[in-house]
Amino acid sequence: MDAQEIIARRVAQELKPGNLVNLGIGIPTLVANYVSPELKVFFQSENGLIGTGPIPEQGLEHPLLTDAGGKPISALPGASTFDSAMSFGLIRGGHVDVTVLGGLQVDAGGHLANWMIPGKMVPGMGGAMDLVSGARRVIVAMQHAAKGKSKIVKQCNLPLTSSRPVSLVVTDLAVIGFPGGKATLLETAPGISVGEVMAVTEAELVVGDRVPEMKI
Amino acid sequence: MRAVSVEEAVAMIPTGASIMVGGFMGVGTPERLLDEVVRQKKSGLTIISNDAATPGKGVGKLFDAALVSRLTATHIGLNPKAQQQMLTNQIGVDLIPQGTFAERIRAGGCGLGGVLTPTGVGTLVAEGKRQIEVDGRPYLLETALRAQFALVHAFLADYLGNLSYALTSRNFNPVMAMAADTVIVTAEHIVPVGVIAPDHVMTPAPLVDYLVTNANG
Repeated sequence: MDAQEIIARRVAQELKPGNLVNLGIGIPTLVANYVSPELKVFFQSENGLIGTGPIPEQGLEHPLLTDAGGKPISALPGASTFDSAMSFGLIRGGHVDVTVLGGLQVDAGGHLANWMIPGKMVPGMGGAMDLVSGARRVIVAMQHAAKGKSKIVKQCNLPLTSSRPVSLVVTDLAVIGFPGGKATLLETAPGISVGEVMAVTEAELVVGDRVPEMKI
Repeated sequence: MRAVSVEEAVAMIPTGASIMVGGFMGVGTPERLLDEVVRQKKSGLTIISNDAATPGKGVGKLFDAALVSRLTATHIGLNPKAQQQMLTNQIGVDLIPQGTFAERIRAGGCGLGGVLTPTGVGTLVAEGKRQIEVDGRPYLLETALRAQFALVHAFLADYLGNLSYALTSRNFNPVMAMAADTVIVTAEHIVPVGVIAPDHVMTPAPLVDYLVTNANG
């Protein structure tokens, strides 16, 4: 199982029946592959759709039906479409149960930075700030480290996406929560020891007596 | 509402105008109007659009032709030309959160001075803005956004100018159709009055100033 699959499978376990869920671009998109249709989870695309379906087969794409990256998608039976004010009303208004986003850094207090690297990459925040401010639960799905550097940091030195802490971080090595506002190691990836996680994590993690392995 | 050719429609737009353009990554964008803006070389434009699309598509065409001087958007990461023009200060760019973008335009079209949103509190977005507490929660005061023109793309327009939109091409079109002095519309299909049932009209006819005819394409 590669890193992305570990993350996507573990995040999928967080989704409850009937949830309205927004998946970001990248690893978060893969989460949908591991969610059983029986859960009847609704996926929102912030460009104006609830009920996103799989990528249509070649030749069946509709130019007016795309995801937030402008790529063709399909709509499941029971889908609905709406304008952007409604879409972000759903997001900010607490109607979205779970948002899953990628991250550049998450710090010991659960603050996320994921929208710019000053001087290098200034793409804009798109919908990320609204999603992190407004969704009921915010889950960050990202690699634990990039180029050997921990993405779980003491304090974000990149501009924050929101002052509101995230609910959960799922990486290829660990699941980290923030009970009492403190980064806490909740689970390790299969075959990864607590020591191995600590060794590649810049932030201090609270560790309980027994840290279970992800069941994926 | 008056039906006009695409040439007539764009001829009304002066150089340096402020223009809202509907669409999300080029989906739901009035491409024919933008092609004509490029042909008539309307430069120095202030563009208000969710994103910069990609080169050759949607508002991306305006950056290809270097016609934009200011851009208000939420994300321009998928258009390297717009990024380049921002980093070399050819264009001034105001990046704002997408929900705030939608609500500022909605406020502009609904007679509101602005909106209070929790989005952006404690981030770079809050710089220079008034923070107001309501029931103990902090919000940013985000002011209304309007433009001289809105370029809107519908799926169906009837002969009166009632509009409906298809699938994910609706996006910012309905809010923009309320927030500009002059609203110019293209539609995939222009249909007789009555084809769009009253319950299915998403933008009522009185909001539309000009409907671009589908003659010659």
